[in-house]
Amino acid sequence: MIEVEGLVKSYGNTHAVKGIDLHVDSGEIVAFLGPNGAGKTTTIEILEGFRKATSGTVRVMGEDPTSAPAHWRERLGIVLQESEPIPSLTALETVQMQSNFYSFEGRTRPEPTQLLNLVGLGDAADQRVKKLSGGQKRRLDLASALVGDPDLIFLDEPTTGFDPTARRESWKMVEALRDLNKTVLLTTHYMDEAEHLADRIVVINGGLITARGTAEELASVVDAKTTISWTCRTDDVALLTDAGIGRRPGSEISSSVQSDQTTTLCEMEAVEVIPTLRALIDAAENQSIDLVGLQVINPTLEDVYLKLVANPADQPDNDDRTKGADDGR
Amino acid sequence: MMGGNWLKQLKTQTKFNLLAFRRNPAATFFTIILPLVFLFVFTSIFGNDEIGNGRRVATLYVPALLALAVISATLVNLAMTLTSHREQGVLKRVRSTPLRPWIFIVAQGLAGVALSVIMAVVFIGVGRVFFDVTVQSVGVIPLAISVMVGAASFSALGVALTVIIPSEEAAPAVTNALILPLYFISDIFIIGSDGESAVGGVPEFIANLFPIKHLGIALSESFDPFTTEMPFPVEHWLVVLAWGMFGLAVSVWKFRWEPRR
Repeated sequence: MIEVEGLVKSYGNTHAVKGIDLHVDSGEIVAFLGPNGAGKTTTIEILEGFRKATSGTVRVMGEDPTSAPAHWRERLGIVLQESEPIPSLTALETVQMQSNFYSFEGRTRPEPTQLLNLVGLGDAADQRVKKLSGGQKRRLDLASALVGDPDLIFLDEPTTGFDPTARRESWKMVEALRDLNKTVLLTTHYMDEAEHLADRIVVINGGLITARGTAEELASVVDAKTTISWTCRTDDVALLTDAGIGRRPGSEISSSVQSDQTTTLCEMEAVEVIPTLRALIDAAENQSIDLVGLQVINPTLEDVYLKLVANPADQPDNDDRTKGADDGR
Repeated sequence: MMGGNWLKQLKTQTKFNLLAFRRNPAATFFTIILPLVFLFVFTSIFGNDEIGNGRRVATLYVPALLALAVISATLVNLAMTLTSHREQGVLKRVRSTPLRPWIFIVAQGLAGVALSVIMAVVFIGVGRVFFDVTVQSVGVIPLAISVMVGAASFSALGVALTVIIPSEEAAPAVTNALILPLYFISDIFIIGSDGESAVGGVPEFIANLFPIKHLGIALSESFDPFTTEMPFPVEHWLVVLAWGMFGLAVSVWKFRWEPRR
């Protein structure tokens, strides 16, 4: 559905995209994940035909987007990052107007009311756009993007600026697209959104793809470790270290005085959680150390995300990892 | 896309544009109400006496303010609407669809032409009922030509004007800064009698360069109460058309579809 090789986009001396390869199969939902300014929108707008690549090859539904014939857009649905519907029209009129932009030669024109029902705006069909909430407008955008019964849908930051309820509602819309077997490429800077919606996540940062895979694979790629913590006394660290705990590089016990100035928190990272925990408890028992408030903390999606989008220069082995992770595609 | 389809798309889009216009109170006021208010205000200030050659004050003001109505319905309306559509991402979304983009723009112009025709009918009716101003039968066809030439040309200029308007907020200021002074020197608000321009010298010279005065004169010839021959103000139509072609060229060359922010 989408084939991109060596995509580069430069504006003068600024390189927004520095060489991206991407492959999206029919029926897949792929998330482009990255911070603001990573190159997500530039890339997606090249795929949509709004911008010309500086170099590299781009094929979307078999065509080069910049030179594709008009009918290429018949099977393409686009939700732009910043696009407001005309305020004085109703939701239904907005979809009807959009429907007029397509010719549907030899195809059935989807009913505008059904599209509104699909995105949960059936009851707001006769409401003027200016009376709709931000979330409702975004759903109207989605209904408009579905007007042409597209095979491929681009969603550029579909939930940015939403409150949690509106986000969840939008997620339901995207899940509905999965049920319709559509191919979707979405951009987001929320790891949880990417994890929730996408079959596959492509992390982009500084104009380069820094990682790819499922959320689980990404967590293992960044080596996010589990943290074990407890409230300790200052001399506990030395006693436990003597007993053989935290001697491996990277799993040392660190202690820090808490903000109340009276308690100290001991922490250590663990790759193999159960053996580490068992050894810690045994050693603590032998040394009569009480592991007060013992906690095992799994890395959060946010931790994984922050590691993924850390300055690429800080992750020298990125390229090797990426190569291994995406050969299947 | 087969032929014939674009015609249907153009028609449907024009209808949506007229619908959006009707629901926009500011646009409706400036295009439909304000020219009529001006007509009643000016004739109540200056009266509607005969001013020679069988003409009345309103014989001059009806075509002059019809020119203003046509310009509001086209140039002003398109400059505001298209700038807003550009900045709100409406135009960008249009470009993301298979619609030929010019259809969307031309449909805006057609809505302006339709409004101009409505305003011409309203002005002819109001002129006849309230001010004893009539269009001779020989004047009807030239009047129709003047309205069409004016509406089409000022629509093209409205599209072209968006090129120099940086933002939605700036649209009314830029548009009014350009056309208000021209109204004052182009015999729209202040009109000389006996076919003489109300202003002379440099202002008259400037007014003659721009299309507003020429549209006003072309329209006024159809309201001449004593004409027996069909008026044919071809030189005024040509000036207006030339400006329209200029607007078209600038639009094709420089029109922006994406927000400037």
